[in-house]
Amino acid sequence: MKKVKADPKGVLTGAHYLDGDYALAEGALAAGCRFFAGYPITPSTETAERFSERIPSVGGVFIQMEDEIASIAALIGAVWGGKKAMTVTSGPGFSLMMENIGLACMMETPLVIANVQRGGPSTGLPTLTGQQDMMQVKWGSHGDYEIIALCPDSPQECFDLCIDAFNLSEIYRVPTFIMADECVGHMHEKVVIPPAEEIELVERKWFKGPKDKYLPYKPDKDMIPFMVKAGDGHRFHTTGLTHDERGYPALNAEFQEVCVRHLVEKIRMNADKIIKLEEDEIDNAEIIVISYGITSRVTTRAVQQARKAGIKVGTIRLITVWPFPEKRIKELAKKIKAFVVPEINYGQIVREVERCVEGQAPVIHIPHCGGWVHDPDEIFKAIKEASK
Amino acid sequence: MKEEDHLEEKNPMEDLLRMDRIPHIWCPGCGIGTVVTSFAEALRKSKIDLDKTAIVSGIGCTGRVAGYVKLDSFHTTHGRAIPFATGLKLANPELKVIVFSGDGDIAGIGGNHFIHAARRNMDMIVICVNNFNYAMTGGQVAATTPTTANASTAPYGNYEYSFSLPYLAEASGATYVARWTALHLRRVAKSMQEALGKRGFSFIEVITPCVTLYARRNRLGDGLNLMKYYYEKSEIQHGADTRTVDISYQGKLIVGKFVDKEKPTFLDCMNEHLGKVLGDKYKSYGVSHE
Amino acid sequence: MSEIRFSGFGGQGIIRCGLIAGKALSLFDNKQATMTQSFGPEARGSACSSQLVVSDDRVLYPYISAPEILISMSQEAYEKYEPELRDDGILLIDKDLVKSKPSRGKIKTYSVPSTRFAEELGNRIIANLVMLGFFTAITRIVSPEAMKKALPGLVPGRFLELNKKAFDKGYEYGKKILTEEKKPKKK
Repeated sequence: MKKVKADPKGVLTGAHYLDGDYALAEGALAAGCRFFAGYPITPSTETAERFSERIPSVGGVFIQMEDEIASIAALIGAVWGGKKAMTVTSGPGFSLMMENIGLACMMETPLVIANVQRGGPSTGLPTLTGQQDMMQVKWGSHGDYEIIALCPDSPQECFDLCIDAFNLSEIYRVPTFIMADECVGHMHEKVVIPPAEEIELVERKWFKGPKDKYLPYKPDKDMIPFMVKAGDGHRFHTTGLTHDERGYPALNAEFQEVCVRHLVEKIRMNADKIIKLEEDEIDNAEIIVISYGITSRVTTRAVQQARKAGIKVGTIRLITVWPFPEKRIKELAKKIKAFVVPEINYGQIVREVERCVEGQAPVIHIPHCGGWVHDPDEIFKAIKEASK
Repeated sequence: MKEEDHLEEKNPMEDLLRMDRIPHIWCPGCGIGTVVTSFAEALRKSKIDLDKTAIVSGIGCTGRVAGYVKLDSFHTTHGRAIPFATGLKLANPELKVIVFSGDGDIAGIGGNHFIHAARRNMDMIVICVNNFNYAMTGGQVAATTPTTANASTAPYGNYEYSFSLPYLAEASGATYVARWTALHLRRVAKSMQEALGKRGFSFIEVITPCVTLYARRNRLGDGLNLMKYYYEKSEIQHGADTRTVDISYQGKLIVGKFVDKEKPTFLDCMNEHLGKVLGDKYKSYGVSHE
Repeated sequence: MSEIRFSGFGGQGIIRCGLIAGKALSLFDNKQATMTQSFGPEARGSACSSQLVVSDDRVLYPYISAPEILISMSQEAYEKYEPELRDDGILLIDKDLVKSKPSRGKIKTYSVPSTRFAEELGNRIIANLVMLGFFTAITRIVSPEAMKKALPGLVPGRFLELNKKAFDKGYEYGKKILTEEKKPKKK
């Protein structure tokens, strides 16, 4: 893995007062993203607006496509043209992108998609928050594959995780998602952007061998194949069909096994390296609250209240939601009295928690259909209930 | 052995095709192969840098073309070859980008992308092999199936109006529009060569026999019968008004070069406009600054 | 921790008020300030609002529930948001545009002819800056220096001086009111 410093041209060093959407655009520019294709959709549009305003002076392309399907297709094309690329969207647009997200996985194309989640289903609540695409991001395209998904809880983290997302996508040649939400996307807070030389980026894993020897899908020692860009003379082929290491269609069960297993295992086997959690007072905890995104901030307030009331409660904030921190939850399930899972949906990540806990402790879900964040009191009451 | 003799033994298209993937999947009598032959000829004659040439296909019989041509080649999803190519071109403007796909891909599921790429005058060539039906999936009715023709999902005949692709392309903003049949091997190659020498959105429609499905279902005979139909019913009308070139079932096929004009491309417009508005702060994108 | 709501009608620069105050607090006054706003048709309509939660530590709950400071620059916004104001809160209104009811509890009401002052300065569009100056003087939650530092980038460059003037006008007016308020007590 080759690390490089960020190009100062894209880095707006300093302290700013930005909303999460703007911070995503700044994160992308700092991460070296020079291609953005998107379609306007509330509450993510401000990222496209910011990128379109900033990119002419940085050097790159912004294009507003005819829909989200075109946007994600253009992204994959742009990455194979040699650029780092990003798009943002929300529920309805995310649904439209699903087929080509599968293509990006199949072609092992590194790119970043931010979903500033709103209430669904369908048009739902365009201007109000939700966390209802947490399963869709993992399972939304057909077939078996793995992706990486990160959850920011603030504008600052929109910036920070955007850089992480680009780096992870390059390391694993996989589409990487930033699962933000309307609340974080639209809230303004202080965002500190470090100097370019303090921002570490992962360079694309460029193939340096002889032109006619390039195999786009031959895994390297770290499981990840090398990449090239169109126009460098390799005359390579890539397809959405099940393929061999040359990228040629190989339509049988034997190659399906090799191809799909690779897509899945390159993430599963590196899960420990990918997963980032924020744990607090876990060691003596009887109750653990698992949350992510904006919900984890509200949770912190409830937890402070609970600790004042003498309840031993710890928290886990999922910065990485996918791959899911299976191992850690399994380990804790043995010694914990109960888990509490608040999220702004009617039961998504709680299912993963339940799966990992394997019935060893109760898992109490605090659902919320969206439109608002939880009342901290609601979470406090659940913690109190669980501690009895 | 003289060098010339040695050359004769080689398949003339060997350096342009992925010989390790031949034989191809197309049926005997299918016209796609001949369109690819014309394409190979155009590539060779145009003398463009093949290392800087990329081909993008969608899904369908013609969608497989990208897999056989020895260029940087992308076999994408159904209908999305054009937006994929848009990203490819914009990321690396020195590429010559060709979209090679079928009528279902380009005018059916991908119709919206087609008109928008033409509207933007995106610098690419779109070659659409039109065989009047969805062949890969078994001969279903398409946006291009002539009215009254029979298809597996129009078993009593097609009662919808069909698209006239040259008209659609011109109306949307294409700067080069031509139509030929697969029988017009040389003229197809010449049009492709012209398009390769141009900038902007070029569209070439090639009417192609689908012997196995469309022809059989409509009792139009074998490959030879179809060739005869193309030969007798096509009428070359360069510069024809594209409003007049629609295709009726077994009717006249008006072919030729209909549109050939110059207009700034998407990137030309972007660079010119941003340069004007932002002045020195803006450096033209995709142009060498040395 | 304080909760503040700026309210008025679309076009008065209500969101801008939240942005300027939030930026001033976060970047120049060493506080943590989270700004949220109403979106969609309601944001463009007759009662538009931006909310600010201010704290020494990280803001955990981003929305406001019972603000202690309410700024209303239109009658409709006042009617809509006054009931949620804490009964020991502070209410700031535009003197000419809002007719307030007798105040409840210990609510203190202060009014400033912000739109009229702005018109006197040459442009009613800067009424929000007059109000921000007034807000700064009355609430003392943010320093006037920080507020002025926050202006570049949030008001058009060529109107920066005019905006500062408007801010000063509101600020001085607020200071004067506070001094007058203190006077009777000394007697």
